[in-house]
Amino acid sequence: MSETSSASQPQIHARGLTKRFGSFTAVDGIDFDVAPGEAFGFLGPNGAGKTSAMRMIGTVSPVTAGELTIFGLDPARHGARIRSRLGVVPQADTLDNELSVLENLLIYGRYFDLSWAESRRRATELLEFVQLTERANDQVEPLSGGMKRRLVIARALINEPSLLLLDEPTTGLDPQARHLLWDRLYRLKQRGVTLCLTTHYMDEAEQLCDRLVVMDRAKIVAEGSPRELIDRYVTREVLELRFHRPEGETDDSAVLGKKLEGLAERIEQLPDRVLVYATDGEAAAAAAYERGLRPASVLVRRSSLEDVFLRLTGRSLAE
Amino acid sequence: MSFARRSVLGLRLGRPGAIASRRSLRILEHDLLVFRRGWYSYLLSGLSQPFLFLVAMGIGLGLYVNRNASALGGVPYLDYIAPALLVTQAMMAAAFESAWPIMGKIHWQKTYHAALNTPLTALDLLAGDLMWIAFRATLLSVLFLAVIVVLGAAASPLVVLAVPIAVLTAMAFAAPIMAFTATRTGDSGFNALFRFGITPLFLFSGTFFPIEKLPLFLQPVAWLTPLYHGVAAARSLALGQIELVGLSVHIAVLVAVAGAGLFAARITFRRRLEV
Repeated sequence: MSETSSASQPQIHARGLTKRFGSFTAVDGIDFDVAPGEAFGFLGPNGAGKTSAMRMIGTVSPVTAGELTIFGLDPARHGARIRSRLGVVPQADTLDNELSVLENLLIYGRYFDLSWAESRRRATELLEFVQLTERANDQVEPLSGGMKRRLVIARALINEPSLLLLDEPTTGLDPQARHLLWDRLYRLKQRGVTLCLTTHYMDEAEQLCDRLVVMDRAKIVAEGSPRELIDRYVTREVLELRFHRPEGETDDSAVLGKKLEGLAERIEQLPDRVLVYATDGEAAAAAAYERGLRPASVLVRRSSLEDVFLRLTGRSLAE
Repeated sequence: MSFARRSVLGLRLGRPGAIASRRSLRILEHDLLVFRRGWYSYLLSGLSQPFLFLVAMGIGLGLYVNRNASALGGVPYLDYIAPALLVTQAMMAAAFESAWPIMGKIHWQKTYHAALNTPLTALDLLAGDLMWIAFRATLLSVLFLAVIVVLGAAASPLVVLAVPIAVLTAMAFAAPIMAFTATRTGDSGFNALFRFGITPLFLFSGTFFPIEKLPLFLQPVAWLTPLYHGVAAARSLALGQIELVGLSVHIAVLVAVAGAGLFAARITFRRRLEV
């Protein structure tokens, strides 16, 4: 038996993990491990291969090539056993509109072979946890987006999983709903549940992930903790300059580039703004003024994963 | 878990193991949970539909048909169409249930995808929902049978065997249609299926008049359709005019079509849901 429950064994282990659909390569030979209790993230834009990777980990999509084990088990041979210990929050809610809020949880517990009584006990507890107790007997359809997400999280927890997979858990939610969700996920992490999530929000990755990989075009382009990635790839601060461009005037980026040259170790010219990566943002702003630049707006901020992504791929993360 | 591999429908096709694990019963439970919400309206229409059909056609239209007493070998028209309609409505319900609702679970609501994140597999979903359709067909047919008995529309007590024939016919439609549904990404194909497939079958499979009255070239077509065999088998039982060889052929055709449909559905379900 290959399965052991030693604390040091990774919950997920992948080497050269590959997924192809015909001639299209969705995941191209990625390596990573997720340790028990860790919150691990896949950060990347849409189409980077995050969801395909998650579906392979969830054992619902066969591995094309490479090595993958979950709890030390092979998904091709032990899919059902792996899934019995996994919680999955898919990108789409996939709730059952023909059933009530409570019934959605009850039947899901039955899918995991819980008795009706046990399923009901856990469902009641979980509705409390995700603050949906008052809606227990309501239909699913009229729930808000945030409530539906919370219900999907409750559903994913009905089998008391040791590993929770979340595919873009807060996409499309308003800030309040996101914060409530993050709080619940943080509590789960404190209880020792391993989290593995995908996101294209850098703030989400910074909030939730101990460690993450940055994915771009089916490959992992960087790995580390959010802080490590920022330290490694960008400066401590970023100076954002926006220039007022009168109607009709063409963008003279070459001239602007000349004026900025040598101002900081790295400068990124985007269509709508200029990013100056500097250890001291204020000093860089003063230097820009000395060179005769008159930006319409000046912002000095802490650098973020967004900047890491831009540095690594030359493209912005958010569409 | 040794019981997990036990066969449910008893059929063993393809790879080692059973058609589906015991877990497919969970899907049946799900469907019953949904059913629990609307069972009364279901029961009501399950009783009123056969009653209306049998009164209008069997008794009303039958007044005229029965004047030509020799036409159906002296069988009253009500007795003639009652077992046929019993089978037909089970078939219709099964055809519907394996089209739109299954498309919803695969594609629109994607509830199958949620179920696949549990120990259930694509084949469990297929087997579970087929059992559900069989359950509905059974229930509908029993209700229909009750109306037949009340109206005194059966010559032989063997009419009760029309129920399993109807369920088998329902499976001969549900399995291939589920196979078809799993290949679709919208419901446009279903309209064509019902308009050019199910409805003509309903009308021309010997339900309302013997297929011998069809143009000669159409008769072999009728022999190939499963509904004809279901109708013929149920009718012979209800009228007590049993011819064993014929009955065996009818049942064999239904089993073959259901089996072939199941085989195809196992392939299309896995191809659609395990990618």
